[in-house]
Amino acid sequence: MRKLALSDEILLSIEKPARYIGGEINMVVKNPKDVAIRFCMCFPDVYEIGMSHLGIQILYDMFNKRDDIYCERVYSPWPDLDSIMRRDNIPLFALESQQPVKDFDFLGITLQYEMCYTNILQILDLSGIALNAKDRTNADPFVIGGGPCAYNPEPIADFFDMFYIGEGETAYYKLMDKYKEWKSSEKDRLDFLKMAAAIPGIYVPQFYNVSYNEDGTLKEFNPTVYEAAKTVVKQVELDMSETYYPQKPLVPYIKATQDRVVLEIQRGCIRGCRFCQAGMIYRPIRPRSLDFLKKHAKTMLKATGYNEITLSSLSSSDYKELPELVYWLMDEFKDKKINIALPSLRIDAFALDVMSKIQDVRKSSLTFAPEAGTQRMRNVINKGLSEEEILNGAMDAFLGGWNRVKLYFMLGLPGETYDDVEGIAILSDKIAREYYTIPKEKRNGRVNIVTSTSIFVPKPFTPFQWAPMDTKEEAAKKRDFLLSKVREQLNARSIKYNCHDEDVSELEGVFARGDRKLCSVIRQAYENGCMFDAWTEYFCYDKWIDAFKDKNVDMEFYIRREREEDEIFPWDFIDIGVTKEFMFKEYLNSKAEIVTPNCREKCAGCGAAKFNCGVCVEKRN
Amino acid sequence: MKARIKFSKTGSMRFIGHLDVMRYFQKAFLRADIKVSYSQGFSPHPLMSFTSPLGIGLSSDAEYMDITLEESDIPSVMIDKINSVMNDEIRVNGFSFLKDTAKPSMSVLAACDYIIAVKPEHTSQLANKEFIKKRLDDFIKQDKIEILKKTKKSEKITDIRGSIYHISDNIKDFVKMTGHDYDKSSINEMCLPILYCQLSAGSVVNLKPEVVLEALCNYSGIEYNSSVYQIHRLEMYADADGQLIPMSHYEEN
Ligand code: SF4
Ligand code: SF4
Repeated sequence: MRKLALSDEILLSIEKPARYIGGEINMVVKNPKDVAIRFCMCFPDVYEIGMSHLGIQILYDMFNKRDDIYCERVYSPWPDLDSIMRRDNIPLFALESQQPVKDFDFLGITLQYEMCYTNILQILDLSGIALNAKDRTNADPFVIGGGPCAYNPEPIADFFDMFYIGEGETAYYKLMDKYKEWKSSEKDRLDFLKMAAAIPGIYVPQFYNVSYNEDGTLKEFNPTVYEAAKTVVKQVELDMSETYYPQKPLVPYIKATQDRVVLEIQRGCIRGCRFCQAGMIYRPIRPRSLDFLKKHAKTMLKATGYNEITLSSLSSSDYKELPELVYWLMDEFKDKKINIALPSLRIDAFALDVMSKIQDVRKSSLTFAPEAGTQRMRNVINKGLSEEEILNGAMDAFLGGWNRVKLYFMLGLPGETYDDVEGIAILSDKIAREYYTIPKEKRNGRVNIVTSTSIFVPKPFTPFQWAPMDTKEEAAKKRDFLLSKVREQLNARSIKYNCHDEDVSELEGVFARGDRKLCSVIRQAYENGCMFDAWTEYFCYDKWIDAFKDKNVDMEFYIRREREEDEIFPWDFIDIGVTKEFMFKEYLNSKAEIVTPNCREKCAGCGAAKFNCGVCVEKRN
Repeated sequence: MKARIKFSKTGSMRFIGHLDVMRYFQKAFLRADIKVSYSQGFSPHPLMSFTSPLGIGLSSDAEYMDITLEESDIPSVMIDKINSVMNDEIRVNGFSFLKDTAKPSMSVLAACDYIIAVKPEHTSQLANKEFIKKRLDDFIKQDKIEILKKTKKSEKITDIRGSIYHISDNIKDFVKMTGHDYDKSSINEMCLPILYCQLSAGSVVNLKPEVVLEALCNYSGIEYNSSVYQIHRLEMYADADGQLIPMSHYEEN
């Protein structure tokens, strides 16, 4: 019988004890004593969210392929268990062996969104690992961060021994080999950090010296040891069909957010929307081969017993062989009642055909993400989706029996006017009007439109990294204005309007483009009791405001300024391939409302071609 | 064709709720290439149902599930096939075909057997042989055993005496009482069994072993602390014209 870290008493007193017992189907079992390296992989949010993350599954599989490594997992204990662990002094443990995280060689934390930053401190704290990297000793694991937020690691730089910049498949083995070398040499902690810093893609924050100008902007950002490079180059998996991919993904007992097989069909995006960080940092787009995908779909469905598979990518419609893949899946698994999920699909004839076959038309909805309400604004953000395409797509769908539409927009995009905001209401209404042009007897009841807005947050490594963000007050004003405009529309009763919380977006804005001065604020907020900030029921804006006041850090500085062309950004030391010059050119294009063609139409010379792979080396016809 | 599966649930699987166990089996069947029949319609679901969900924290030798299959091998092959894709703490230990006309097991459930044991690193006065013998004798001799049933809306006094079919402090006597032959139980070996009981179950009166235990504690003047005890289900019975038949043998084909 597996020995559990928590007593029956505790497990029976908390919500969803299955979050902490491990033992899932396809969990890797090794004897920790038989391996040279113990790696604990962490997603700093609750189990159901963390278990849904593909990146961890890929790395879990990749690490465990090696006999000398045992990779285990840990997620954030929910507040109910958190308080019990503090009360009873129970150290945080990994799910596989149920042994303390502190005894591991590495703790790898994936950074998917800014609002998990206080959860990182919770993980370290409960593990008994010093919060600041500089205070750690050889008794502590090396704490390493990776994932999208590692592209601006500065606000959390103090808490990490190192960051991995790029795609995990490429340099981790090298790091592990260096670690074994170091471990047997009995040198001190700093020596290993130096060895690590010399590996391309590894960033060790404490080896860099930061100085500031009087106005608070960065003056210099320089390495202090020979091993640390001036710029850290993002690591890219060159061949997506010859690489690690789990054959037997873990299957949780409780329902995870993503309760299905996830098949990543390609990485990257050709579109270059100017607000989108993923579209830049994962450049260039690299599709996986059809053979690879078919083979993995089969193996993974068989090994997990899932009855659903989702094709994941930033923009599925740009996968050239999508129809072939989808029709193959439908055919191959038609007897097994396997569902196929296709997120991020553009509505066109193919999409409608597939959707009508895999979903209940009456219950499912069409999704459009125009992101902005007017054509002018869509040109500003380089979103190549015209009103005509939306209306035609919607009309085709309505004729096919659909009557639910979901629309996603952003408020507060650079240069947005109130006309652009009103455009969101008008476009929503136009779609409803399209519907009512269909003769009554051919309609399927009333049309149902859900219009959602999120608040635009400028992100590093996007053309909008120079742009100011709306204040909370502006955002709220625009939201109220939009609501009143929605109410004025002819079909107001068919349109439901949802919006995002401004407080959270404001903090996201601060952290996204933040610098090292924020480390102390985050630590203070954690000490004030902030945790699970991504959860509305736990998010406490006032505690954050107190932390900023305490540490004398001004939020406005990070969100309100339009930055100068030549300002040094905290993340400039990272080279993602796409150049700063290209992004600035795109910023100017946005102001001029000029559209830039996508990678397949015409190479825009963004800089990512230096990786010499994917779309950059594809033939264009 | 219809079949009834019997399985055990122990160790860490005690913390998996029955809806999750249902999903677990759905996936296990897909992994094992077992062809379960599906309902019709746009979101078809596999035809399977549990006899009686087990509370979180309890372990069991005898959980039952009825399924409808498109095709099947002989029982021993089916058991091996399913077990080859299962974890160590949920094991299939019985598989029998049912008549096509068989009623769903949940509608014929009449009684369940349980072991009540003291968990390792815990103590209870009830673990004292003399003490429990004396108290249990007196306890069961009562004409009425009244408990206070609390629901969200009301409080009600109920007599549970008639729903306790058999109760004993040792397995030997218990076997004589029930006349049933038990396999070796998979209850955690570190637990110390103190009580065996057969209780009314199903849709008419479903008496929970915790309730009996609490009543006994109250009667014996000791404090009831649920975290001290491990409760383990041993068997489930169907009512066949007044006779209790183990679920695995009921309406067999
Ligand atoms: S289509 Fe635009 S928003 Fe979507 S991933 Fe690509 S660049 Fe980003
Ligand atoms: S170099 Fe050209 S083709 Fe390659 S990612 Fe950049 S714009 Fe696209």
